[in-house]
Amino acid sequence: MKKPAVKKAPTGAEGEKETWELRLYIAGQTPRSVAAFANLRRLCEAHLPGRYKIDVIDLMQHPQLAAGDQIVAIPTLVRKLPEPLRRIVGDLSNTERALVGLQLRPAKPGE
Amino acid sequence: MAKAVNNPTPPHRGLAKAPTGVQGLDEITGGGLPRGRPTLVCGSAGCGKTLLAMEFLVRGATQFGEPGVFMAFEETSKELTENVRSLGFDLDDLVKQKKLAIDFVRVERNEIEETGEYDLEGLFVRLNHAIDSIGAKRVVLDTIETLFGGLSNMSILRGELRRLFRWLKDKGVTAVITGESGDATLTRHGLEEYVSDCVIQLDHRVENQVSTRRLRIVKYRGTTHGTNEYPFLIDEDGISVLPVTSLGLQHEVSNERVSSGVPRLDMMLGGEGYFRGSTVLIGKTSLAAHFAAAACQRGERCLSFAFEESPGQLVRNMRSIGIDLEPWVKKGLLQFHSSRAAIHGLEMHLATIHKLVRDFQPRVVIIDPIDTLVTAGTRRDATVMLTRLIDFLKIQEITAHLTNLTSASDALGDTDMDISSLVDTWLLLRDLELGGERNRVINVLKSRGMAHSNQLREFLLTDRGVELQDVYLGAEGVLTGSARKAQEAGEKAVAMLRQQEVEGKQRERERRREALEARIVALQKEFEAEEEEAKRLMAQVHASQEVLGKDREEMGRSRKSDTNEPPTRSRKAPGVRK
Repeated sequence: MKKPAVKKAPTGAEGEKETWELRLYIAGQTPRSVAAFANLRRLCEAHLPGRYKIDVIDLMQHPQLAAGDQIVAIPTLVRKLPEPLRRIVGDLSNTERALVGLQLRPAKPGE
Repeated sequence: MAKAVNNPTPPHRGLAKAPTGVQGLDEITGGGLPRGRPTLVCGSAGCGKTLLAMEFLVRGATQFGEPGVFMAFEETSKELTENVRSLGFDLDDLVKQKKLAIDFVRVERNEIEETGEYDLEGLFVRLNHAIDSIGAKRVVLDTIETLFGGLSNMSILRGELRRLFRWLKDKGVTAVITGESGDATLTRHGLEEYVSDCVIQLDHRVENQVSTRRLRIVKYRGTTHGTNEYPFLIDEDGISVLPVTSLGLQHEVSNERVSSGVPRLDMMLGGEGYFRGSTVLIGKTSLAAHFAAAACQRGERCLSFAFEESPGQLVRNMRSIGIDLEPWVKKGLLQFHSSRAAIHGLEMHLATIHKLVRDFQPRVVIIDPIDTLVTAGTRRDATVMLTRLIDFLKIQEITAHLTNLTSASDALGDTDMDISSLVDTWLLLRDLELGGERNRVINVLKSRGMAHSNQLREFLLTDRGVELQDVYLGAEGVLTGSARKAQEAGEKAVAMLRQQEVEGKQRERERRREALEARIVALQKEFEAEEEEAKRLMAQVHASQEVLGKDREEMGRSRKSDTNEPPTRSRKAPGVRK
């Protein structure tokens, strides 16, 4: 069902032990979903090297999975772990907002 | 119920429709919602949008074999299930039977970070999946406007909504989209822009602390529809809309007559009573009770709405005047529905009446009294609604017995004025004050289509029910009650006196005749006596003449006379002698 696209074993470097579990929901291989995946990988490599796991779920093939994670918009990135659950909508082209959404960077004051 | 439809256009002409199964709504819309197209149901919070939408699905699934998808944006499926259980809808069961699919869509802005381009394909996927999984023909989106709160990119959202409605049409499902009313717009976010086929507005108004729910078809492309506001009810059977319009004057009329239950009243009404299906306005509960009992006796069902008395009280009071309604209640032929007029608005009452009439299917309906209903609304509303009610009852060929409160004077009340043109037979009860007491008289003010009495009758409540008596008509006007009795007694006395007088006079005449006869006899006797006397005198004269003659002959003979003396001398002689 779930299509593990990239899986890297946790390295445990830099004191971060937790593996991030990310799910990217797409609907067909559209340019936007391709872009979203590329942006996500770039982000993870830059900020979570070696300790992330991305599941890409294509709702065209698995429509029944949409309801479970309350997917409305496409693409949607769901951070399953670490908790709390976060939803990030869009193709992740706005790196700044994506990092804030993933809580990899604190939101700027006033934001 | 289809015969209650008074839609000017026949349904299913051109535009295919999906019946909602909601009582009354299909009649207003001429058959239902536009099939295969979205319909917008808008209204303020708590006006019944969700219930209407849910009933549309449930009826579709249970009555029309059309499974449905409920996409909820505000309530979880558990909450929904609980909320509509009170209406008798078992959603869990329908879901189990694959007749219904519920998908709760939660959109929380604080959980969502927007990081670039996106669309709402996820929603489409979910909807499509739900539709395909049960072969749904109907879809409800309740309330899709929630998305406006959860997503910040308006241009994406609007574009996607437009796409969604197009997609729903392409999919061929009959959809209901709910939307919350805005300040000056039908919906807060202008959903009416996207849904152009059919818009229904619900309204929950409170006037004079009385709440009334109303429904209006704002637009319905390709169909002529009722443009009025129709009151609707939400109760244990779901929603029922009161579809009656005041347009209907095409009902069948009956020549059948039904007894009023009071023989003398029937006599006043051309000898046969009311026409079946006519509307009667009358001032007394007791007459209504008679009518009810008569209907039950004929084996007809009778539905009685009492706004002043409880059923128990009514039955007891009617028993005290010799009308026993209890057996009919027990037999199920007579049903009472008591409620205070003030608990609802007028429209709600009429919607209730409407619904109960549909359920019970009576031939006779009694509304007692109609005035209290009128006070539940404004006068103009009341007239409009009563017109609707009366038309509704006429279409069903139900004989309606409306009672009004008897006005103390001869003056007619406002209510009477307003509804007088609506009723077919109007029996007017009036109080007459005379000689320190009040009595009631009844007359037929009007009765369409029959020769009726124009006379007043005195209305008496006896322990055998209502009786009508002739009133006394005399020089002093109409007399009733003890005045009538006094007058009658007085008349009797006068008559007796006159009789005695006549008898006395007769006796006197008799006496006088006797006296007269006696006098005649006396006079006759007198006359006879006189006659006798005269005869006697004559005889004497004769006798003395004879004697004189003889004497003269004697004298002649003695003088030796040769010749006889002429008789003249002899005749002269008696005179000399005298």
